[in-house]
Amino acid sequence: MIDSTPMSRTEEITVQHSPTTKPIVQMAGISVEFPGVKALDNVGFRLFPGEVHALMGENGAGKSTLIKALTGVNPIASGTITVNGNDTRFTGPADARERGISTVYQEVNLCTNLTVAENIMLGSEPRRFGGLDWRTMRRQAQTYLERMGLKIDPASSLGSHSLAVQQLVAISRAMVVDAKVLILDEPTSSLDTDEVAQLFEVMRKLRDDGVAILFVSHFLDQIYAIADRITVLRNGQLVEEREKDQLPQRELVSLMIAGTSDAQVGGANERTAATERAADAEPLLQAVGLGRKGAVQPFDLDLYPGEVIGLAGLLGSGRTELARLFYGADKADDGVIKLGGKPVKLRTPRQALGRKIAYTSEDRKGEGVVGELTVAENIILGLQAARGWIRPLPKTKATQIVDAYIKALGVRPANPNALLKNLSGGNQQKVLLARWLATAPKLLLLDEPTRGIDIGAKTEIMNLVSELAEQGMSVVFISAELEEVLRLSDRIVVMRDHAKVAEIPSTPDVDVPRLIEIIATGEENK
Amino acid sequence: MTRIYKHRLFWPAIALLALLLACTIKRPDILGISVLDGHLFGAPIDILRNSSPLLLVAVGMTLVIATRGIDLSVGATVAISGAVALTFIASSANPGSAGTAVGAVIVALGLCLILGAFNGVLVANFGIQPIVATLILMTAGRGVAMLITNGQITTVNSAPFSKLASGYVLGLPVAAIIAYGVFAVVALVVRRTALGMLLEAVGINPEASRLSGVKSRTLVFTVYVLCGLLSGLAGLIFAGNTMAADANNAGLFIELDAILAVVIGGTSLAGGKFNLAGTMIGVLIITTLSLAVTVLGVSPLVTSLFKAIVVIAVTLMMSTRLRAMLGSLRERRRYQEVGA
Repeated sequence: MIDSTPMSRTEEITVQHSPTTKPIVQMAGISVEFPGVKALDNVGFRLFPGEVHALMGENGAGKSTLIKALTGVNPIASGTITVNGNDTRFTGPADARERGISTVYQEVNLCTNLTVAENIMLGSEPRRFGGLDWRTMRRQAQTYLERMGLKIDPASSLGSHSLAVQQLVAISRAMVVDAKVLILDEPTSSLDTDEVAQLFEVMRKLRDDGVAILFVSHFLDQIYAIADRITVLRNGQLVEEREKDQLPQRELVSLMIAGTSDAQVGGANERTAATERAADAEPLLQAVGLGRKGAVQPFDLDLYPGEVIGLAGLLGSGRTELARLFYGADKADDGVIKLGGKPVKLRTPRQALGRKIAYTSEDRKGEGVVGELTVAENIILGLQAARGWIRPLPKTKATQIVDAYIKALGVRPANPNALLKNLSGGNQQKVLLARWLATAPKLLLLDEPTRGIDIGAKTEIMNLVSELAEQGMSVVFISAELEEVLRLSDRIVVMRDHAKVAEIPSTPDVDVPRLIEIIATGEENK
Repeated sequence: MTRIYKHRLFWPAIALLALLLACTIKRPDILGISVLDGHLFGAPIDILRNSSPLLLVAVGMTLVIATRGIDLSVGATVAISGAVALTFIASSANPGSAGTAVGAVIVALGLCLILGAFNGVLVANFGIQPIVATLILMTAGRGVAMLITNGQITTVNSAPFSKLASGYVLGLPVAAIIAYGVFAVVALVVRRTALGMLLEAVGINPEASRLSGVKSRTLVFTVYVLCGLLSGLAGLIFAGNTMAADANNAGLFIELDAILAVVIGGTSLAGGKFNLAGTMIGVLIITTLSLAVTVLGVSPLVTSLFKAIVVIAVTLMMSTRLRAMLGSLRERRRYQEVGA
């Protein structure tokens, strides 16, 4: 795993900023705990005036928790936060905003039915005679817009503008309080290239005015285009803080994924030798030029029975989107899927289920768990949905299936009548796996099945996947943990910036550093 | 014993018993049932009969609410159903015949099926918020009923049709047999087939259900159709009772009573888990309230207030938060296990 230092690592990192500048925000020894999880463990972070500081890390690394700890959304268990040299605890985002720290979230949370001026000035409206001073409001809004280089009418309705403009309006709004610190949480995820350029121009301008900008993005190229300094988190711990120029892309990816700058983790795969594919094997499913605008660029991929395909790539690289296309969870707008050589329609999950394809979402809570139903009901949900409501699964058969899977997967508590919401994450995941295995799929798409669950359940699930493949199931396995991908896969597909960039057999000479190289550069050759 | 009062129907049941008890104290003979001409008579029978239309509507409403929806148009549907049936009878050549009455029932229910399907399409296929989608028919529906009756209160005479409301079979009111029969059938179908579980899955987590292959659109569509159909049936009982098609007042505010009955019965407006038996108790409470008002001699001026107080008391007693405040921490944990 990672070399977890018990102490905050801020002290160890040499100050590369000029010694005269003092950080405007300094967080030291920050720990945040949620029931059963340590979301942040002794993390240090600092932000200087006039810099764009990128906060990097995979899912669950603690990026948003750190932001929420700073703005007072999440209470911190220990640690200190100093702003401008003063010990500070904000009571919430509004308090932080009032005191110069503004946050702009991924989803623009503005009122699209109000005018641009109203949105910008909301909360600090100029008043006159107890009412609103509309003219002053528009004039003030105008000056903020000009500062952003935005030439739009403040009296126009916000909804009539593009997402990029709305994003910039959100930033204008953040600047109304004369923010010294601007936090941008994935502002670019829904913007196209030109819009990103426009946003970056504004960011540079603000930076040159001395504003400290904390920037979160999953796009490596964007980070390298705009950031001055990078902090990497992993599993709730601080891994590294460094100037951008001294942190090559390859090393950054390695830090994010493996927690060390030079990943030497073993993890050579175990499956290859045993599962050599017969030369005349027919693919179960073929994707030909399959793609979806804004999600995955068209790609080809053959899936064989008895084979585990590992999907590697950073968050937002298109790995989830690819799996969803095979399941019909999202509709492909390009290309075809062939089953046994013949094109098939897979436009809804139902159609995919009918073709014996199953998919577990990475969003276990939002897209998998039906919390108020029992374990038993959750297990038979997929089977029952396929039968339709009018033909209930016979009670004896249902009990038999449920008991068998609870036993086989070691679900704890082994009580079929417990409500699923009362089970731990790992056991919920086992129940969801049972739901899909009960449908006897030929292709199983597993999107981060091991995320957020304890190490025991993780191993059990990975062994299970291995067994299923040996029994002839075709498996697509997505995981942020490259070691897991390497250990399980027969072939590895690497995704980068919404495109499939490599497809390599998992031979013994493929290791984590090699994968990181491909993820970072998008090039297959060493 | 300690477990009984944690059952989620405990407080609604207690409220119902308390109301009946209050009535008995005022008039000891109130709960007596007498036999006259082979028919059963008495306040309990009245409650059963008077609760019939509301029960029909509330059963449909329960299923709609389980899918995270709501149907505000049930009152309008009640009005349309009655208007169509009575206008059909009035314009037929032989108003008194049984054939005409059957025809009226079929035409009215057919139309209500279509109205339910209209709601279903708006909600399930076009993704319009249920409260908005059904508001359309709620406001337009009474206008449609006015058109059908030409703005008149059509009065007709049809002995077979009026049997729907005032007839007796095996000593019991026909209306009650219909409503409680439908209730039993729906309750049975919902729990014996997978319908109940799938509806709850859709209500609890729509996206997880979709990804599990549940045909949520079809299910949602179906419950709105069923709700329309049951409201139509309720409208026929109303019409059979008055034999006058009153487009303005038939089923007025019944949507609110139905929603109230569902809530009293312990089904959350947020959707998911539903409880048809609870809905029935809710319906009985609301109907008994009207009886209690007369028996206890509550002045008509404060009738609504009296009703409101009872309803507030019941919902407060059912509030998990209030119970938790009253109970200890250990009990609170138990509620989450038992009550959810």
